[in-house]
Amino acid sequence: MSKNIGSYKDIHIEEYPTSPLARFARVVKRTLRIELFIGLWIVFKEMVKFDIHTVQYPKEKLPIGPRYRAVHELLRLLESGNERCIGCGLCEKICISKCIRMDTFQDENSRKAIGEYSINLGRCIFCGYCADVCPELAIVHGPRYENASEQRAHFAIKDDMLTPIDFLKAGRQKEFEGFGAISTDADSKIKQTPLAY
Amino acid sequence: MDNTTILIIETLIKVLVVVLVFSALGGFTTYVERKVLAFMQRRLGPMHVGPYGLLQIAADGIKMITKEDIIPTGALRPTFILAPVITAATAFIAMAAVPFLPEFTIAGHTVRPIISDVNIGVLFVMSVMATGMYGPLFAGVSSRNKWALLGGARTMIQMLSFEVVSGFALLAPLMLVGSLSLIDINNYQAGGISHWLIWYQPVAFVLFAIAGYAETNRTPFDLLEHEAEVVSGYATEYSGIKWGLFFIGEYANMFTIAFLISIIFFGGFNPLGFIPGGIAVILKASFFIFLFLWVRAAWPHVRPDQLMWLCWKVLMPLAVINIVVTGFAILG
Repeated sequence: MSKNIGSYKDIHIEEYPTSPLARFARVVKRTLRIELFIGLWIVFKEMVKFDIHTVQYPKEKLPIGPRYRAVHELLRLLESGNERCIGCGLCEKICISKCIRMDTFQDENSRKAIGEYSINLGRCIFCGYCADVCPELAIVHGPRYENASEQRAHFAIKDDMLTPIDFLKAGRQKEFEGFGAISTDADSKIKQTPLAY
Repeated sequence: MDNTTILIIETLIKVLVVVLVFSALGGFTTYVERKVLAFMQRRLGPMHVGPYGLLQIAADGIKMITKEDIIPTGALRPTFILAPVITAATAFIAMAAVPFLPEFTIAGHTVRPIISDVNIGVLFVMSVMATGMYGPLFAGVSSRNKWALLGGARTMIQMLSFEVVSGFALLAPLMLVGSLSLIDINNYQAGGISHWLIWYQPVAFVLFAIAGYAETNRTPFDLLEHEAEVVSGYATEYSGIKWGLFFIGEYANMFTIAFLISIIFFGGFNPLGFIPGGIAVILKASFFIFLFLWVRAAWPHVRPDQLMWLCWKVLMPLAVINIVVTGFAILG
């Protein structure tokens, strides 16, 4: 009996033989049907087609999606080059593995500035909550997934995460379109508040 | 120099050539095996050492030789050391009665590429190969390791059982030829493809091939080194060059079986049309080596109980029936 549920199809499985004679008949049938050679033919075909799927990793890399959550990046404002981070501390609060630490102070203009910002990547579980909660799109996940290092301290330095200023001026800071970012068609999805009209 | 001296020197050279060539070929076959398996599974196989990974053999060899050679505390030392030597030695001794190429002449001296054409050729090859099972047995018993013991026991059961099948399977073609010498068997098939023994003894060929796979512990029957069940079987406690000797023994046995199948069933080193005999037999043996790898890529293992069932309830009766039918055919 076979029933179809949606696009799924039941595979018909023969009843197992119970009597010795039926079992013997099955053996003879399986022996003389050339199923084994079909297996040989399939692997031989694959060898001749030479359709190799190997990616020779250090030399070749597969592209990763924009939503991939690898090592964090701290972005800068595009026009002024200032750090986007406003030191609100939401990422520090929401971090479930408690690996984000930030140190803020009042600078000479009486504005809140960020002194130290560190993510202990040895402890980070890359859940993406920090990027999700950041109101300024300042902390995001980047595509760098190769994070071997000689020292553990390398996993927590603000300078490594922050976009270098010359990098920004060269226009090479890419706007983040991955986890926690606003989607490209965000404007069309927003229902305007009464104040706007 | 008198004839005896020449004979001794010639035999020594032949022994050296056979041992060196087949050790090297064994190493090369590991490379070919990895490549063929990889291509059949849409992979590339070894690629990084040397061009297309060719020097992988050298890298593996150096690794194997320089690796620390560990003998477990509880192991029975002499037997533990002896076991891999038995496997490798018997595999090479068995080659003594196998003619690898047709006769050829160097500087007026006719060379017969067989170390010793004993009149019990096939029997000698099969029995020496069967002696090789003491290797796994000693390894399994002396390792003081449960996996090794289980692996050794499985090897013994498998090899002992399939010796019966291979012996019975060979009996029928031997009855037709009337000689145990592999050279006589080869000469019996002189005169083209239609004279090959496979046309007269197809069942014997299938049985002998299956038994050959079981005796060399190749894939459909490689239960004794089945990682998922018994780690590495009898070789679990072995490392370095001792493990390498087991490996060389296995590959040498593969070559012996490939040559035996080519010589007994596929016309041996008789010239094949425009192809000279020496190249013909190498081509045939290479195909059977390839078949070993091909089968490994395509077919799954059998269970130990299925293996025994196959041997004693299917193959052995078939072999006996084959002998009886052949006997009637010869008499009638």
